[in-house]
Amino acid sequence: MNVPDPYFSATTGQPAPVLQALIGQPPAGWMILLWDVTLVMFVFLGLVSVVGFIGIWAERKVAGRIQHRHGPNRVGPVGLLQSLADGIKLVSKEDLTPTRADRRLFFLAPYLAFAPVFAAFMALPFGPDFIFDRTLSVSLLWVLAILGVEVIGVILAGWSSNNKWSVYGGMREACQLISYEIPLGLSMLVVVLAVGTLDLLKLSALQADGLQHWLVFRQPFIALAFVLFFIASLASNKRAPFDLPESDSELVAGYHTEYSGLRFSLFYLAEYNAMFVMSGVMAVLFLGSWADPFGLIARGYVRSRDAGDRWTPLLWNAAAAGVFTTKCAALMFVQMWVRWTLPRPRIDQVLHVCVKVMVPASLALLLGSAIWELLVRNGSIVERATRLILAAGGVAIMVAMAGLIVAAFLGGRQNQQRLFSVRPAGGG
Amino acid sequence: MLAILFYIFAAITLAGAVGVVVARHIVHAAVQLLLTLLGVAGLYFLLDAEFLAAAQLVIYVGGTLVLIIFGVMLTSNLGTRLLHATKIESAVVAVAAVCLLSALGIAIRATHFASVPRVIEVDQSRQLGYSLLSDHLLAFEVASLLMLAVMIGAAYLARRRPKDEV
Repeated sequence: MNVPDPYFSATTGQPAPVLQALIGQPPAGWMILLWDVTLVMFVFLGLVSVVGFIGIWAERKVAGRIQHRHGPNRVGPVGLLQSLADGIKLVSKEDLTPTRADRRLFFLAPYLAFAPVFAAFMALPFGPDFIFDRTLSVSLLWVLAILGVEVIGVILAGWSSNNKWSVYGGMREACQLISYEIPLGLSMLVVVLAVGTLDLLKLSALQADGLQHWLVFRQPFIALAFVLFFIASLASNKRAPFDLPESDSELVAGYHTEYSGLRFSLFYLAEYNAMFVMSGVMAVLFLGSWADPFGLIARGYVRSRDAGDRWTPLLWNAAAAGVFTTKCAALMFVQMWVRWTLPRPRIDQVLHVCVKVMVPASLALLLGSAIWELLVRNGSIVERATRLILAAGGVAIMVAMAGLIVAAFLGGRQNQQRLFSVRPAGGG
Repeated sequence: MLAILFYIFAAITLAGAVGVVVARHIVHAAVQLLLTLLGVAGLYFLLDAEFLAAAQLVIYVGGTLVLIIFGVMLTSNLGTRLLHATKIESAVVAVAAVCLLSALGIAIRATHFASVPRVIEVDQSRQLGYSLLSDHLLAFEVASLLMLAVMIGAAYLARRRPKDEV
């Protein structure tokens, strides 16, 4: 299938359209280099810290709400600065290394876990121009590949700590990851097969025109593949219910039991940023990437860019980045919701589900998707009807979920009040 | 700029390769191998072979290397023992290394490296797919047959034997 590309054909020749808009003329080579370094050092490093900061706070708040307690509420308004306080505490803590640990690997492991996640950000399309590497044609594969490197850090952390719990954590991570990479890749292939590109920018441009173009509504098979991909991404990010590598009720803290201080916090940064990156990939593959449901951003961007404006395309890009981040945040929230709701299975059950259920299912979906693309023509009645039905169903599910969350939070507040008002009477 | 990056990646690759050979501990060797694989992936990126680079990371780093470390963890003995080569092993390896080096040297001397103008392929993975299923179909099929044989072999080895049943 050919990608209709009004969204980047005009800018593909320019290496850095954002920089060009900022300085108002085509940038020289050294300027692009300087600009890239600035982006990495200030924008992306800042983004990574903010994602970790907000992610950890939100996780604790969501956990608190689900377990009927307050969560952090002392530092700053609604406990928002809790992560900052924790960060200061972690920095000032002693950095311990066990005497019998493998020193060099023990030092290396946290960086090996964090750096790949950071590198994955370079391929995420925050907007039609807001992407670090515009020319990477296999960006989807790149994100998957570089997140695979993260695992080595986790395994090494477990192994080098010289601690039985850590080794168990590392082992579980290894076998869990290599098995779940297969359904993850296959369910991703279902989409790639249908649209014929591995480029996250092109995948975004395909879906920019509105809700009915989002890939998850393209075929029933892709909609099912989304479910598989979500489950597999939980497993590859070692998020509950697949958090066996650090299952704190059996393995103390799993692979990072022996870590303290700043290097401990690197594991947390890696985890929340991996969640963000995976949510970003899911948003691009299935949920319309940076596009809003009505296609307003895409239209506004194309119009202002074709008119030759200098600043308005950047504003549309910023809006797109807002939408993209919102989608990522929503998907991260669902991951947290799942974590605090479902119990943790045993490792053999986890692997059983992967090998005997998810792999055959994703293969079946791949076959189904291929047949569908052969039989159903673009623009035919069946195709449009499927899109409409799936889109309607999807919107209904999203609205229901949002309603459930709002009701839960409102109802929770009432329950809490009731709880507090009952207690004095009972206690006498 | 490209030349500087090339030397950096080549240095990483070589340093890793030397490290793999020198390391006495098998997990250290695996980590050095990671360095080599990353360096080679970087070289592929410099050659605009993005698909190959990403595939290298997925297959060798995400798959093979994880399996190696996993295997070491499962075999309790190997994880703590230091590796020492016996004299016979050193001799055999030295002969093999000399043979390999001379073969590579001859091959490199015999190849004519013409500088090709840099072509940026717009849709690499599509091209790759077409050529795999047309020009290189035989190699592709043979490779998949090999994979199938390996899978059957693994399933045979891992199957439950009658006497295992409790």
